[in-house]
Amino acid sequence: MEPPVLTSERPEAERQDEAPASTNGRAAASMRAQHRRRVRLVLGGLIGLLAVAVGASLTLGAVAIAPGQVLAILAEQVGVSLPWAYETRQELVLTAIRLPRVLLAVGVGGGLAVSGAVMQGLFRNPLADPSLIGVSSGAALAAVITIVLGSTVFSAWSDWLGAFLLPAAAFMGGVLATVIVYRLATREGRTSVATMLLAGIAINALAGAGTGLMIFIADDDQLRDLTFWTLGSLGGATWTQLAVVGPVLLGGMLATPLLARPLNALLLGEGEALHLGINTEQVKKLVITLAALVVGAAVAVSGIIGFIGLVVPHLLRLAVGPDHRVLVPGSALLGGALLLGADLLARTIVAPAELPIGIVTALLGAPFFLWLLLRDRKRGTGYSF
Amino acid sequence: MRLIASLLVAWALCALPAQGQSTADTSRIVTVGGSVTEIVYALGTGDQVVGVDASSVYPEAATEKPSVGYFRQLPAEGVLSLNPSLVLALEGTGPPTVLDQLRSAGVRTEVITDAPTVASAEQKIRTIAELLGRTAQGDTLVQQMKRDLAEARALRQEATSAPRVLFIYARGSGSMNVAGRGTTAEAMIELAGARNAITGFEGFKPMTAEAVVSAAPDVLLLLTRGLDSVGGVDGLVDQPGIALTPAGENRRIVAMDDLLMLGFGPRLGTAVKELTVKLHPELETASAAATQ
Repeated sequence: MEPPVLTSERPEAERQDEAPASTNGRAAASMRAQHRRRVRLVLGGLIGLLAVAVGASLTLGAVAIAPGQVLAILAEQVGVSLPWAYETRQELVLTAIRLPRVLLAVGVGGGLAVSGAVMQGLFRNPLADPSLIGVSSGAALAAVITIVLGSTVFSAWSDWLGAFLLPAAAFMGGVLATVIVYRLATREGRTSVATMLLAGIAINALAGAGTGLMIFIADDDQLRDLTFWTLGSLGGATWTQLAVVGPVLLGGMLATPLLARPLNALLLGEGEALHLGINTEQVKKLVITLAALVVGAAVAVSGIIGFIGLVVPHLLRLAVGPDHRVLVPGSALLGGALLLGADLLARTIVAPAELPIGIVTALLGAPFFLWLLLRDRKRGTGYSF
Repeated sequence: MRLIASLLVAWALCALPAQGQSTADTSRIVTVGGSVTEIVYALGTGDQVVGVDASSVYPEAATEKPSVGYFRQLPAEGVLSLNPSLVLALEGTGPPTVLDQLRSAGVRTEVITDAPTVASAEQKIRTIAELLGRTAQGDTLVQQMKRDLAEARALRQEATSAPRVLFIYARGSGSMNVAGRGTTAEAMIELAGARNAITGFEGFKPMTAEAVVSAAPDVLLLLTRGLDSVGGVDGLVDQPGIALTPAGENRRIVAMDDLLMLGFGPRLGTAVKELTVKLHPELETASAAATQ
């Protein structure tokens, strides 16, 4: 987690922050030390925040389980007895429902945020999020097709895969849409980021048309099912599900920091990155692959959860600057903590019923995003990369 | 690993006693699905209900119970927080993982099969009555329903018309769908001795002016809330195409309460009787003349 000492290959934008001081060597050194302290503080704070969010999410919920009981139940799983008494039902709620849900929220939130961070880096655009490369709309189309035609046209598949048909289809749909966007933007081994953005818009529109067609032929129950799916939920979290998507989400989050240095170089521009010895084509390919796999897996199990991928990297960039070596792990931590917080609200605010989580993330995320925009305009800085 | 193993053991232990159709512990019941809730109340076990879903709008007392939300998106922990001893869920309740989670938490969870037929309505009542140990009350309910249905049948035989009925599912004037073949609405229309004006497609489809005109319905049938949402009879007649149909010209528009009309629960007989009279105006005048 400790960021390595910053060297001369730091991105330009970051150096600009410290530009007035760089005339004086000692002042620059002290600025760097100050920045490192700040980074350490922020990352430490984020680890603390995530820990608090996990603790709160395990303790709070529709079924009352006291913190001591949570500890006792968790300790019991590894064979340690603690003095707090609890009921079997509390143990089942914690181990079969809440724990997988909390872990899934951390994985999905972290995965979405990290994907957002690397996409914003790749597109050098603060508005970029994983939906740009078609992964969300592709997944949505596949999910909607499954909901509407699953029991008729694809009944053989439905019998074979059961409850896994929808997540499997959504994942494949997301990855397939991304592959199409990537192929469209790649010619003679070179991928044009601008073409990718435009191809993404076109594929999103096509997938939207397909989704609309499915909505047209859907019956009442199916309509409500797919509306709820597009609002997202972590309610279906089970250990089996976690075992399937957990490795993808975790693997993606662990692999992205390796892309931090090349992404920093890319912020200078593709030509400059190439001169710095970065294989830019490979970086683009890796970023797209990672984002497609991670977001595809996240959407498959939780439906569409907006704003985490967009807002989290923004927030962090404000706090620690654009260095991806900090931004990527920070996004993973903050994304996990924020989604946990949103899910906690979603499942307690109307208990014993539950709100779709997409409503909560958008309701909290959108005003916050506007506030950020307006505040920055007032200060006259705007977003800089 | 140990966690998973212990869960499997717990699941196996809980799954065993849940087998068979024996009487359940009915001290705390969560009912999911409007007709299920209605049956539980009609059997006189409403006091034991500790939670319902959003579609449980009848009887009035049920709406005062805590709601666990939409029946296809049940929250496992939310249901468990009501500490139920029995969950009665209408077919289609989901997601499936939640039903498994409830069972694995040791809550007896029974899924009640559902279809828009008289036989299914009777089956629902008998199954639930048996689970609640109230077979006698269940019998009474079924007998009452059958008496009402027989009365409806007698009315139907008196009827001289077989109107073409268009069922419109409305949620405001921007969102109006019409019922095709195989819908619950069609089943009710036929039970009431009328014909569905739509024969060209299955399920619900958005209403278009030309389709309405070519369907040429004699009567428009809506849910009470649906008719309110388009501004009552006047608002409905102003919708494109409606005024050009026989139903629009004669302003023959019938509204029914939604759970009564589409629930296929214990009030099925009453509902069919009511709808039969409303769809055949000659019966209304005949019965009015008879009572005078």
